[in-house]
Amino acid sequence: MGIYLKLIWAYLRIGIFGFGGGYAMLSLVQKIIVTDNGWLTQQMFTDIVAISQMTPGPIGINSATYIGYVAPMATDPSLSSPVWGIIGSVIATLAVTVPSFFLVLYCSHFIRRHQESGVIKAIFAGLRPVVVGLIASAAILLMNRENFNPHGENRELIISTLICVVSFCLVYFPVKVEGKQYKMHPIMVIILAGIAGLAIYGL
Amino acid sequence: MNRDYWQLFTSFFKIGAFTFGGGWAMISVIEKEIVDRHGWIEREEFLDLLAIAQSMPGILAVNIATAIGDKIGGMKGSIVASLGTILPSFLIILAIAIFLTPETIKNNRVLSAIFMGIRPAVVALIIAPVVTSAKAARLTIKTVWIPLVVALMISLNLGVVSNPIIYIILGGMGGYLFWAIGRRKLDKTGKA
Repeated sequence: MGIYLKLIWAYLRIGIFGFGGGYAMLSLVQKIIVTDNGWLTQQMFTDIVAISQMTPGPIGINSATYIGYVAPMATDPSLSSPVWGIIGSVIATLAVTVPSFFLVLYCSHFIRRHQESGVIKAIFAGLRPVVVGLIASAAILLMNRENFNPHGENRELIISTLICVVSFCLVYFPVKVEGKQYKMHPIMVIILAGIAGLAIYGL
Repeated sequence: MNRDYWQLFTSFFKIGAFTFGGGWAMISVIEKEIVDRHGWIEREEFLDLLAIAQSMPGILAVNIATAIGDKIGGMKGSIVASLGTILPSFLIILAIAIFLTPETIKNNRVLSAIFMGIRPAVVALIIAPVVTSAKAARLTIKTVWIPLVVALMISLNLGVVSNPIIYIILGGMGGYLFWAIGRRKLDKTGKA
């Protein structure tokens, strides 16, 4: 049962310190879930980010649900029945949402008062550059061997780097079509990268 | 009254089920559903609640659901709205988790080929918001070192000093101190 307490403790921290949106939260999930607890490999973590992008809903919820499911069986083989996984999912998902739920309910007055005085603004001005660093660290930590050349081949590394650079250009630089600017949707980029992977490695 | 709670639940369930990308993508859909379609709250009040939800940690979409639910139906309303937002992605991911375990991906040739293509793309999807958030943060010579140091320290993976929580606390405290000192100076010069 210790795993459930660990899940609660892990996701309460992620819920309390998760400032700056989904991508900034990734660095917390990486540190607490992948590095400290080892419930997930770097590869699987990357896959969950991809799955989160392709399914509706916030990335924070998606990661909590998935990791809550796999963590019990990753730590204790006797907990491999789906029932234990589902319990873990419920616990992790609730743990990540409960802190802000009560903060929103009971601290709105407090926040409103300090918003006028400028304190809240000042704190977020200090957080903003940190959030940039948090997202950058999430990206840097994922630029690893497991994701770019899992079999240690140069061919893989070159292909992966190409996919990464092209994907960045597709989501970052807008394309002009009939005077309007469009950026490619992340889901489309993932689908294209998946097709490329299948064509290159699967056939 | 119970019918109202049911409507609140289905509204947020729909929002949770059909918005991809979370956060900001959800906000505009919530506004359309809650303000324009149902008229449960005024637009001005919605923006007010959004400001509060943004000032809180955690998942933005759930925070705004909690705030709106509370406004419409108190504690019960906020539970109903939050659960509505969470439930669709919870159910979808649970289904995926049950059928798509790490072993399934590893042992399936087609799936592992697909994911080998996807993983480098995911890295690109996270680099893009680094650039956009760096632009939005209007970094100057005085502040540009902050994200660099934070990114370096965290990615070195050195135990306690690589814990993101430390930098979140330091950032918030730094912002507060900078503001407080600036105000004191202003007070002094104001008096002199």
